[in-house]
Amino acid sequence: MPFLKSTPTDLRFDLQLISSWVESESTVLGLGCGEGELLHHLKISKNARCTGIEIDESKVSKCVEKGLTVIQGDISEEMEDYADKTFDYVILSQTLQQIYDPAVIIRSMLRIGHKGIVSFPNFSHWVNRFQLLLTGKAPVSSQLPYQWHNTPNIRVITIKDFRKYAREVGFHILQEVAINTDNNDKSGRRIRFLTNLRATYGIFLIGG
Amino acid sequence: MIGSWFQLKFHTRFQVSEYIEHDEHGPSVGIVKKRFLHLDGLTLDNGQNLASATIAYEMYGRLNSRKNNVVLICHALTGDCHVAGYYSREDSKPGWWEFMVGPGKGIDTDRYCVICSNVLGSCMGSSGPASINHRTKTPYGLKFPLITIGDMVSAQKVLLDHLGVQKILAVVGGSVGGMQVLEWSIRFPDRVATAIPIATTPRHSALAIAFNEVGRQAIMADPNWNQGDYYSKKPPDLGLAVARMIGHITYLSDESMRLKFGRRLQAKSDFSYNFEADFQVESYLHYQGKKFVERFDANSFLYITKAADYYDLGREHGAGSIVDAFAKSRARYLLISFTSDWLYPTYQSREMIKAMKKSGLEVSFCEIEAGWGHDAFLLPNEKLTSMIAGFLNNAFSEIDSH
Repeated sequence: MPFLKSTPTDLRFDLQLISSWVESESTVLGLGCGEGELLHHLKISKNARCTGIEIDESKVSKCVEKGLTVIQGDISEEMEDYADKTFDYVILSQTLQQIYDPAVIIRSMLRIGHKGIVSFPNFSHWVNRFQLLLTGKAPVSSQLPYQWHNTPNIRVITIKDFRKYAREVGFHILQEVAINTDNNDKSGRRIRFLTNLRATYGIFLIGG
Repeated sequence: MIGSWFQLKFHTRFQVSEYIEHDEHGPSVGIVKKRFLHLDGLTLDNGQNLASATIAYEMYGRLNSRKNNVVLICHALTGDCHVAGYYSREDSKPGWWEFMVGPGKGIDTDRYCVICSNVLGSCMGSSGPASINHRTKTPYGLKFPLITIGDMVSAQKVLLDHLGVQKILAVVGGSVGGMQVLEWSIRFPDRVATAIPIATTPRHSALAIAFNEVGRQAIMADPNWNQGDYYSKKPPDLGLAVARMIGHITYLSDESMRLKFGRRLQAKSDFSYNFEADFQVESYLHYQGKKFVERFDANSFLYITKAADYYDLGREHGAGSIVDAFAKSRARYLLISFTSDWLYPTYQSREMIKAMKKSGLEVSFCEIEAGWGHDAFLLPNEKLTSMIAGFLNNAFSEIDSH
């Protein structure tokens, strides 16, 4: 994957990686799609047929402005109405850590999609570990920029934990990549060794 | 007061150049003309034939050579086909969606050919109960056949056939106009590429029917109504005004009324204690009622509200199921609702989204935060405008590239 070194687009590095897993002409559902950066990219560069679900009214209107198909609503409720295997990919990008019942969401993803893509900030990155160890305070980093009292994140997830969770819930990890990002996540590189210690994000391609 | 100020401004602009036409919302389509299509007959859903029917319509922007840039606008209950622009240089009041439709606006008349026709049953140019029955040479009154939302849409299709438009880029409308949008997409699936139903419903709730019925009763209780036969006499103005006042309450919201009127008094410092209009909200409703009777026919109000109450998308097209009804559609949708709309609340849009998803349709949905109640789609709103603009732009670039 030579493109991983250079970042010609403005797309965030983790989203570039997700995009590299999506085949051309496929159908994609983006959960919590924000202002639709990834979906727009997939639509243009992969000619993918994209749909997004997003709860925030302003973000939804930004998506529609861009010509994206997006439904305002709660991701778990909105997934209910789709027929089985409606999408080639269902993407949950950096939202898992905010979800109350991840198993329900992941099962729904794999019901309505052939494959799922899940990414999350890796809580066991060494910076976090050292912060807690040396300062005794809850870690605050550029990936997890919140204080304990104002964070929308209700779960702390590590790459290792997610692998274990896959076995427990009963889904398969088809592919995984760990990355380290910089420059406001615009650029980064792949981590191959000691991923759970060195990666800021984990990205997983999953199947039923 | 505002009217005269605006007129002044409008005239001043015209003196600068008669080709640059602006108003407070930006460039305008300028001077427009109401046109009429006369038909020998029109077959209605109930099998009846409406002889010598007329369809009033307006058209802005240019129909391109491929005839694939038509945006059809469907107006609401008491609206008309005068969507944008002015009838003359002296005309101080633009069309009802002036902020949305015009050069460079949300529905850009530099790119799209915008068509809107007055609904059947109305009194703003198309055939309705106030039209002359060619057999008796007198106004129809209650002899006018009961029309449906489907009939309104069929009449619009006849107009588009006449104009040589096969496929509509987008059909757009709010409220009862939104019902027509839904009906278009299911009745004529081959003719509609995209649909934008705004602040609408697949069928009236008991609440919506209840308000309409009170309005109708107010008209029919007016002694001047005379079983709908009043065209050569005094019309049932009082009943129609009350019907409009009730309607207006449903178009607003608790929040908007609180902000707009509160308990403020109208031009007085204390209560009159004699049943005069003391509160501003009373005076506002009286004014709205009075203004309405000057432009609207009471029988048309009865006919169109009844058509809206009878409308039931699932019953009509899906044997009771809106999922089966939407299965007939091939359009891509943009649904919009408003947080404070209590006439057609968001749950009614959500029901349609569920059905559309189950039918495999592509749908976008946004519930816009707006305090102005059901009427919000008639008020300038940046999100509403930019979403419609983006959605149309995407639809047009896809269709035009094929």
